[in-house]
Amino acid sequence: MATPRLPAAEFDAEEQLDAHHLPEFPRDPSGMVQMLTPEGELSGSDFRGYAAAEEELPALYRDMYLIRRFDQESTALQRQGELALWVPMRGQEAAQIGSARAMLAQDYAFPTYREHGVAVARGVAPADLLKLFRGVTNGGWNPKDSNFHLYTLVLAAQCLHAVGYAMGMQRDQLAEQSLPKAATMAYFGDGASSEGDVHEAMVFAASFNAPAVFFCQNNHWAISVPTEVQSRVPLAHRAHGYGFPGIRVDGNDVLAVQAVTRWALDRARNGGGPVLIEAFTYRMSAHTTADDPTKYRLAAEEEQWVSRDPLTRVEHRLRATGTGDDFFRQLEEESVQLAADLRASVLSMEAPGLEHRFATAYAEAHPLIQEELQAWRDYEAGFDVEGGAR
Amino acid sequence: MAVMTIAKAINEGLRAALNTHPTALLMGEDIGDLGGVYRVTEGLKAQFGPDRVVDTPLAESGIIGTAIGLALRGYRPICEIQFDGFVFPAFNQITTQLAKIHTRSDGLLTAPVVIRIPYGGGIGSVEHHSESPEALFAHTAGLRIITPSNAHDAYWMIQQAVTCADPVIVFEPKRRYWLKGEVDVSAVPSSPFQAEVLREGTDATIVAYGPLVPVALAAANAAAEDGSSVEVIDLRSISPIDFDTVTTSVLKTGRLLVAHEAPTFGGIGGEIAARITERAFLSLEAPVTRVGGFHLPYPTARTEEHYLPDLDRILHSLDTVLAY
Repeated sequence: MATPRLPAAEFDAEEQLDAHHLPEFPRDPSGMVQMLTPEGELSGSDFRGYAAAEEELPALYRDMYLIRRFDQESTALQRQGELALWVPMRGQEAAQIGSARAMLAQDYAFPTYREHGVAVARGVAPADLLKLFRGVTNGGWNPKDSNFHLYTLVLAAQCLHAVGYAMGMQRDQLAEQSLPKAATMAYFGDGASSEGDVHEAMVFAASFNAPAVFFCQNNHWAISVPTEVQSRVPLAHRAHGYGFPGIRVDGNDVLAVQAVTRWALDRARNGGGPVLIEAFTYRMSAHTTADDPTKYRLAAEEEQWVSRDPLTRVEHRLRATGTGDDFFRQLEEESVQLAADLRASVLSMEAPGLEHRFATAYAEAHPLIQEELQAWRDYEAGFDVEGGAR
Repeated sequence: MAVMTIAKAINEGLRAALNTHPTALLMGEDIGDLGGVYRVTEGLKAQFGPDRVVDTPLAESGIIGTAIGLALRGYRPICEIQFDGFVFPAFNQITTQLAKIHTRSDGLLTAPVVIRIPYGGGIGSVEHHSESPEALFAHTAGLRIITPSNAHDAYWMIQQAVTCADPVIVFEPKRRYWLKGEVDVSAVPSSPFQAEVLREGTDATIVAYGPLVPVALAAANAAAEDGSSVEVIDLRSISPIDFDTVTTSVLKTGRLLVAHEAPTFGGIGGEIAARITERAFLSLEAPVTRVGGFHLPYPTARTEEHYLPDLDRILHSLDTVLAY
């Protein structure tokens, strides 16, 4: 009996060469998919069939509201010296919550270091995200519990991991047809889009038809360098060069992000291959707490994006459709509690000593590790003998 | 006992690994229908199919990066880097990602990726095809590095690498691919991370690995004709290094010569010299001496014979060591 094989990627060169004509999937003529305007008005979209129902909007708003409070508290903790560094995500709540809430349990996300909203939506405990920034671990959670991988700090490397993981999903599916169909999400930004690993990830994903969705949050600034330095074309257009669809979505519109991501994941899970989503958004805060955006961008630009705030438009919509003050008041109380709990957790975090680092450098016993650990223990023990407190 | 070349032994070892481990798969450039540029994977695609012997796009970072993803999903990828000098596009994935996944996850995740790299010179090739970059990887904690020097080890070490929970780089001595030797396929193999004393002696010890092991043995034979008894150790593992076996030998002989093709500066020989000096200082009759490449980019094909440590250079250094 012949071994079952993975299907080859379907490739229609003529179709792919025409970057603006992609008839096999819906696309808004504006070039950017939007479902909820900054004023809170619903707008039509070919992706409407994938959008959340109106009654799901409060839950999406809650996710965004709480992660913004989490982000704010984390920034404060860094300013007070409790975190070594913080990577703010203010402004990117819709891109992160919308995409995360499009994933199914069996899907798997590979983040950069800014995907706090995705992490919490996937079930990572908020305090666990701060362990890395507190300096007690370089990880912080078990990715197998949440299907949310550890943060990757050398950007773009995670895109290849996502494609490889997706290739594993393909093989699992082939071996066990009853497994739920799954896909990966590769998160990256406009800055990392210039890294070679993003290119290689897209080549591999296309060649092997991997069920991977590339989710690029174009937040306009790679620290101090604007997107124009990374790309001369809209980033979504790059997908066509690899032979798969690229879609630009209003990254501050949680409904549109979720709908487009649902479509892309659904397509990938069912053998349609990769998709690139460019979530057009804005980093409203600094790159990290070590950054000073006043040195490279204008206040006017920041103000312009305040009017496109991802939370404001949902609040407009909720109020317009009858959501009362109680909802917003309760949410504020919940967020205050979240911040207090977060602070308490951070202040009580203990670093597991150097012994733990020796214990985890290798999975199997290693003579040099054992030798150096013993030498270090002997050195440390010397302080005890001499009565020094350490 | 079967007699086969090192290349064939690796091929058979890979075949055994693919048969034994359903999650094992090969990835690399031209490893499918062509069987690899050195034919090490010959016939494996025909036997196991294109989903387990995967011809990848020409992108080394892509090979290692996707292998990491596959490993996280539970697979055991065995990657081929076509030549030593082509590993550098993957250097970031190997050193910042692969090596650190276990410790980054506080031991929750493993990344059992195997990377095969044909290495070393003496094949008269063009730039980037003859290098010995092992020290660059040995400096990174989280990686294991082994290198067979004979067919028996080649057959077993690749299989042992596949079962290791840590990432393992297997440096294959490409100029010895056609060196024949006996392979005991029913043996209980020794640990790949242990050195092996190939020849016992009392006056000096030569430590070598990979392609220089046969040269070290030839040097010991030549020295014997001059009345010197030289012990030869095949290091086999570059990370970790089996310092116990080397120390035991040096405590006996009092003299140590380390030979490798890689430049001596910042190399494995320096590490061995330092550790053995710490462990056996009072037994040393001579400074630990290194024979290796010069602090030069690997030279051209028509000059490499003057760069590579050969029998004469090893004997010359041996004379120096024995003269103390």
